[in-house]
Amino acid sequence: MAKFRGAIVVDTERCKGCGVCITACPCGVIELAKEVNGKGYNYAFMANPEACIGCASCGITCPDGVIKVYKKAL
Amino acid sequence: MAEITLQDIIQPENLVYEKSKLLTEKPFHYCPGCGHGTVHRIIAEVLEELGVDDRTIGVSPVGCAVMAYDYFDVDFVEAAHGRAPACATGIKRVWPDKVVFSYQGDGDLAAIGTCETIHTCNRGENITMIFVNNGIYGMTGGQMAPTTLVGMKTATTPYGRMPQWPDGTPNNGFPLQITQLIAQLPGTRYVTRQAVFSAAAVRNAKKAIKKAFQNQIENKNGVNFVEIVSNCNSNWKMSAVDANKWLQDNMLPVYPLGDLKDNFELIKK
Repeated sequence: MAKFRGAIVVDTERCKGCGVCITACPCGVIELAKEVNGKGYNYAFMANPEACIGCASCGITCPDGVIKVYKKAL
Repeated sequence: MAEITLQDIIQPENLVYEKSKLLTEKPFHYCPGCGHGTVHRIIAEVLEELGVDDRTIGVSPVGCAVMAYDYFDVDFVEAAHGRAPACATGIKRVWPDKVVFSYQGDGDLAAIGTCETIHTCNRGENITMIFVNNGIYGMTGGQMAPTTLVGMKTATTPYGRMPQWPDGTPNNGFPLQITQLIAQLPGTRYVTRQAVFSAAAVRNAKKAIKKAFQNQIENKNGVNFVEIVSNCNSNWKMSAVDANKWLQDNMLPVYPLGDLKDNFELIKK
């Protein structure tokens, strides 16, 4: 079992749905939503919250800096 | 063991990453997936970590990053097209205690401002130059830049960049590796080429930018030059993810990553 659990909070109104975070995530946590935000972009969200280890790869590759990453040791 | 919920994890004490405080709340105007946003973010993080935000002056270019002054919470000057290194020279000479950096794209630094770039590097001004290379003129609609790859289709080379006609007469020329060029000049202290296509690359780029600013803060003379190989998915006509893959397959063989010069000494590969 993973020693860390992580979580991300996406600022959905600022997300542009580029998908760079999805390829950066090593655990396949993130997907693009079917719904769109106010600008018409399919924003990123946590599709598999249990798999997140809080590595912050998504946060540091996000071109718009919309992802906040939280990490908690179990 | 009690099941851990998302509310338990999302607490202020567990925060490991968020956008730097040095970036304003204004959303970037860049296209989705553009490397400029990542480069802005890592510059802001570096300035925040070094604690020099109150004495930093940036010089923004003409190009996609023309409105960089809107996004950074530090002082900024907008230079004429290609003249950012000359402008930064003036600021640094008048205020030697300020941290001065120029931020330019490839159309600005390698085409219109080649003269200013080469002479600033040759004089060895104590500034940091950030060069974002995406191989195309992004803002004006995807025209050919000097850094465009051979065979790459742009608005002004619809059949691909052709350095020479089949009979050998000159046509579009070859991709300009300006970072190799300026590494030869005696005035440059630190010259490196990085990229922002993956988390590992972003971490390396951040280390390089941090070193480039640290050299300047420690008053080590010489230009600190960081090239970032970036994408332009809109004008390459790809999705952001495909553009990052295309960059790794096509841009990196022509613009290989790594340090070219450190402490005034060329690094032999």
